[in-house]
Amino acid sequence: MSASAVFVLDLKGKVLICRNYKGDVDMAEIDHFLPLLLQQEEEGLLSPAITRGNVHFLWIKHSNLYLVATTNKNSNAALVYAFLYKLVEVFTEYFKELEEESIQDNFVVVYELLDELMDFGFPQTTDSKILQEYITQEGNKLEVAKSKVPTTVTNAVSWRSEGIKYKKNEVFIDVIESINVLVNANGSVMSSDIVGSIKLKTMLSGMPELRLGLNDRVLFTLTGRDKGKSVAMEDVKFHQCVRLSRFENDRTISFIPPDGESELMSYRINTHVKPLIWIESVIERFSHSRVEIMVKAKGQFKKQSVANNVEIKVPVPSDADSPKFKTSTGHAKYVPEKNLVVWTIKSFPGGKEFLMRAHFGLPSVENDEKEAKPPITVKFEIPYFTVSGIQVRYMKIIEKSGYQALPWVRYITQSGDYQLRTNS
Amino acid sequence: MTDSKYFTTNKKGEIFELKAELNNEKKEKRKEAVKKVIAAMTVGKDVSSLFPDVVNCMQTDNLELKKLVYLYLMNYAKSQPDMAIMAVNSFVKDCEDPNPLIRALAVRTMGCIRVDKITEYLCEPLRKCLKDEDPYVRKTAAVCVAKLHDINAQMVEDQGFLDSLRDLIADSNPMVVANAVAALSEISESHPNSNLLDLNPQNINKLLTALNECTEWGQIFILDCLSNYNPKDEREAQSICERVTPRLSHANSAVVLSAVKVLMKFLELLPKDSDYYGTLLKKLSPPLVTLLSGEPEVQYVALRNINLIVQKRPEILKQEIKVFFVKYNDPIYVKLEKLDIMIRLASQANIAQVLAELKEYATEVDVDFVRKAVRAIGRCAIKVEQSAERCVSTLLDLIQTKVNYVVQEAIVVIRDIFRKYPNKYESIIATLCENLDSLDEPDARAAMIWIVGEYAERIDNADELLESFLEGFHDESTQVQLTLLTAIVKLFLKKPSETQELVQQVLSLATQDSDNPDLRDRGYIYWRLLSTDPVTAKEVVLSEKPLISEETDLIEPTLLDELICHIGSLASVYHKPPNAFVEGSHGIHQHSADQFAIMKQYFSVLQVWLPATKAKGLEIAGTFSRRQGHMYMDMTFINKALQHMTDFAIQFNKNSFGVIPTTPLPIHTPLMPNQSIDISLPLSTIGPVMKMDPLNNLQVAVKNIIDVFYFSCLIPLNIFFVEDGKMERQVFLVTWKDIPNENELQYQIKECHLNADTVSGKLQNNNIFTIAKRNVEGQDMLYQSLKLTNGIWILAELRIQPGNPNYTGKKKTNATAFSYKLMVHIF
Repeated sequence: MSASAVFVLDLKGKVLICRNYKGDVDMAEIDHFLPLLLQQEEEGLLSPAITRGNVHFLWIKHSNLYLVATTNKNSNAALVYAFLYKLVEVFTEYFKELEEESIQDNFVVVYELLDELMDFGFPQTTDSKILQEYITQEGNKLEVAKSKVPTTVTNAVSWRSEGIKYKKNEVFIDVIESINVLVNANGSVMSSDIVGSIKLKTMLSGMPELRLGLNDRVLFTLTGRDKGKSVAMEDVKFHQCVRLSRFENDRTISFIPPDGESELMSYRINTHVKPLIWIESVIERFSHSRVEIMVKAKGQFKKQSVANNVEIKVPVPSDADSPKFKTSTGHAKYVPEKNLVVWTIKSFPGGKEFLMRAHFGLPSVENDEKEAKPPITVKFEIPYFTVSGIQVRYMKIIEKSGYQALPWVRYITQSGDYQLRTNS
Repeated sequence: MTDSKYFTTNKKGEIFELKAELNNEKKEKRKEAVKKVIAAMTVGKDVSSLFPDVVNCMQTDNLELKKLVYLYLMNYAKSQPDMAIMAVNSFVKDCEDPNPLIRALAVRTMGCIRVDKITEYLCEPLRKCLKDEDPYVRKTAAVCVAKLHDINAQMVEDQGFLDSLRDLIADSNPMVVANAVAALSEISESHPNSNLLDLNPQNINKLLTALNECTEWGQIFILDCLSNYNPKDEREAQSICERVTPRLSHANSAVVLSAVKVLMKFLELLPKDSDYYGTLLKKLSPPLVTLLSGEPEVQYVALRNINLIVQKRPEILKQEIKVFFVKYNDPIYVKLEKLDIMIRLASQANIAQVLAELKEYATEVDVDFVRKAVRAIGRCAIKVEQSAERCVSTLLDLIQTKVNYVVQEAIVVIRDIFRKYPNKYESIIATLCENLDSLDEPDARAAMIWIVGEYAERIDNADELLESFLEGFHDESTQVQLTLLTAIVKLFLKKPSETQELVQQVLSLATQDSDNPDLRDRGYIYWRLLSTDPVTAKEVVLSEKPLISEETDLIEPTLLDELICHIGSLASVYHKPPNAFVEGSHGIHQHSADQFAIMKQYFSVLQVWLPATKAKGLEIAGTFSRRQGHMYMDMTFINKALQHMTDFAIQFNKNSFGVIPTTPLPIHTPLMPNQSIDISLPLSTIGPVMKMDPLNNLQVAVKNIIDVFYFSCLIPLNIFFVEDGKMERQVFLVTWKDIPNENELQYQIKECHLNADTVSGKLQNNNIFTIAKRNVEGQDMLYQSLKLTNGIWILAELRIQPGNPNYTGKKKTNATAFSYKLMVHIF
């Protein structure tokens, strides 16, 4: 159904660790993986699924590692990629960093995890918080009590253990909205959307029942409330703790939360957003002599708000030299290894406009090769504000012991995939 | 402290030292030693000689040590089957351990030890574990049944484990249900006809309940299983859809795609005019779009599937074209897929935006992407008539960039635009002609030549332009040569006075100096036409051309339906049916009488493949043959319609042997009513391969001015037997012995009244060679070999009893299931 075997390789294609789950694909096939990948890359036909004979390699890359699954069946490819990314997530939570060294330093635990995460090609328990209850790095300190199966593993509530205790019961809610925009060289917005995420940091005792209320347009329509201040979410995705059929029925978001940090839900809003930081740029290229760049940045959001840590990255030709900058605020820096000018503005109030000029020399003998035209990209963060206007109306917390718990809400808007194409 | 220290011992005598440490009295020491052994195994050293010492460490109450020993066992049991039996006792004991973790670990590992001798000892422990009180053990045991089935299917059936698995579908624990479903689905893949899962409304209900409670992975197993269910009516279909729809909001992209699969499949069963149908369609779009904000590999799978979905149900995503706009940092495989979907969704409503995007892409640096973007502009022009003008001017802008590959690609698509909208954009010909010198790709050269020939009357120096190509005539590709020949003939018919010399030159180049039969044939035809009847020649050569069709590269509807049933799987990523890339284990069971019946048909001379009633008057009869080492498709085309037919072309679907025509259909003159033409189409086996059923099935499309027609025919396998299929005697003997008995097939040939020598001779005519003949107890034994075009050898033993018209044969091959089916066909 999914993977016959899973491999972790270094960048040279050497197997660091592997696990054969089904035994129907020769483990030596993996030796062909990297040469095939390099060949595809050379031909410009790179693909996440590589075939050799009747063997298929489904792979992802993470830092200096390849994670590869092999199969000779019509596997569920979506499942395999989701599983490989899950592996990265679990290993990262176990070892902080997933890289060549951490695999080698922890190979015993890695084997144990591979044994528990998948059986005969079927993914099993992949929740690292639960796994940590019975697979620990200090194996030799394993006490008898700990070596029982946590009931959570097979419970319907497989993401939260029983008997959690906190002195002070609190839950922190972060509402984070990322703005994706794609602006054409002539300044028209080609596409824009908002991807929102609601993250929880749960510090609650026992098995609390939570209910989250948002100003959701569909809910407001259902209950006949004023739609004026509501937000229409195009698509919503939930953590597995949320009762999906309940949401489908009456839009109630009810759940027993996982302990600690988790992403409760994400949503997408399709409305046309005004790009919060608007960029106008003129990049003039005088062959054989110089490039002159003028970038104007404007904060198109409320005066009371401030965008923090704004970074505007402007592409420059790879053969440019001797940079000179002038900025009305902030600081510009040339990053030659990335062919970029990075203009940093620590604090950018709404409604303000700033200017940066850059001047580069060009060699008299020019590079003949055609260069890519990367877009200008912008990074920023605006606290206490959501573009969509989404609001947490309430978070009800009910636990059978009847304790009082406090929800805390924080709003942030930030840049997502924020690209502005340039003319030159 | 980290584990990396275990990798550092690297000196000689390491194995010896490890052996000593494994037998140390102290528990801690032994554990350290096992870790070193596993470390050595991880880096690929052979530590199998330590098997008995490691197994000795198995009896321990330390869970970590036990896991390591089990890991070792899984790796080496197969190479040490005799010693693996030493572990059986421990497994049996561990399956009774009070700690469920250990019971589960034992049952999980047991199934991974693929040693036949051991499996029978494992039945009892497995039976207990399937009824264990702890769900963790039960869910592990469920998977173990699938493992055991893989090793010994018969035993699993005999022991009643399949029934136990089916019982687990009603288990109170959702994880157990999910694993039981997964195991049963896996097992049923090798039993295609058995109704293992026994999907009935009650079971479906149980699955749908478990769906709400099990892990994300379990949900995928259940959804994939549900997609194989056929609801009895639309009400049931709708109620399942209602309960599956909430899964579209799951954070795991694979859950979403599996839910989409179920919904896309069941949509077919819902009445199109119902409200629910419309609502469901609307619900499918947002989750599909959201998949595009995932990881690049997930995006890729999503895009390949969306490509299928927009072909099946374009209405779902028709409003969403913007999300397919390419971003600078998208990986190339995402870019190319997005581009493809953009064109499929292009319509009058969004064409302006699409074109602006395509123009942007055409100035990027990635050559493959840029070419595809230019082609896309051409496809838009042909697809959306209102946009044609804008597309043409965009293409002209691109030609002005003078980037070589952009110019060439643009010229190729402009030719298609000319064919779609004749007499509209010819004003740009002058601009095109300026770029003549820079064209170095055959496609672009042929396109340009076609344009010059087609519009010769409007191009003042058409003769000069065409003449310039003539100089290197013999270095051109066939495609360019043929186009050039036709173009010059057109030019001559349009401007006879100035171009007589030119046409003679090209005709003599084509007929006298070329060894390409197509080129010669075409040259002679033109020559004869021109010299006998210039008026007819004009009618033929300058006849009006049919317009080209809009949508190209659509997936054929039956394949599309099949692929929709495999959403999320590799089949949907490759756009190939699973049997095209998975060696089907059930191919072997299919040798039935009807396939023998197929064989009999081969003896007829010409069969009617396409009756006139099905093809608007065109009748095609044909057969296949092998002559002088080449394969041919011999056909007779008969025009039974009242109008003449021109513009014939032929194309094959992908097939098991990669058969493709090596030349275009050699019909260059119109086929008049009641006229027939005999042609012989040379074939080769270098085309794309896709397994067909039956294996020798060939799907053919024939086009003429009226329409496109499809038929399928069966290729007799003997045309694939190559001339050098005679195996060396020695090699034959060795190979015959080496091929395992599973690959052997016995059969009888009935009613054949020939003696051994005649048989041998007849077979030799078909490239089946007799290697040896001997007489055993009055029976003639013939040993034969043959080789297929794809390099597969087949060996045969034929036993002939004088006076008995029934022959007994035995065939062996060293290839896989593919050849089994083949062998069935041959006799």
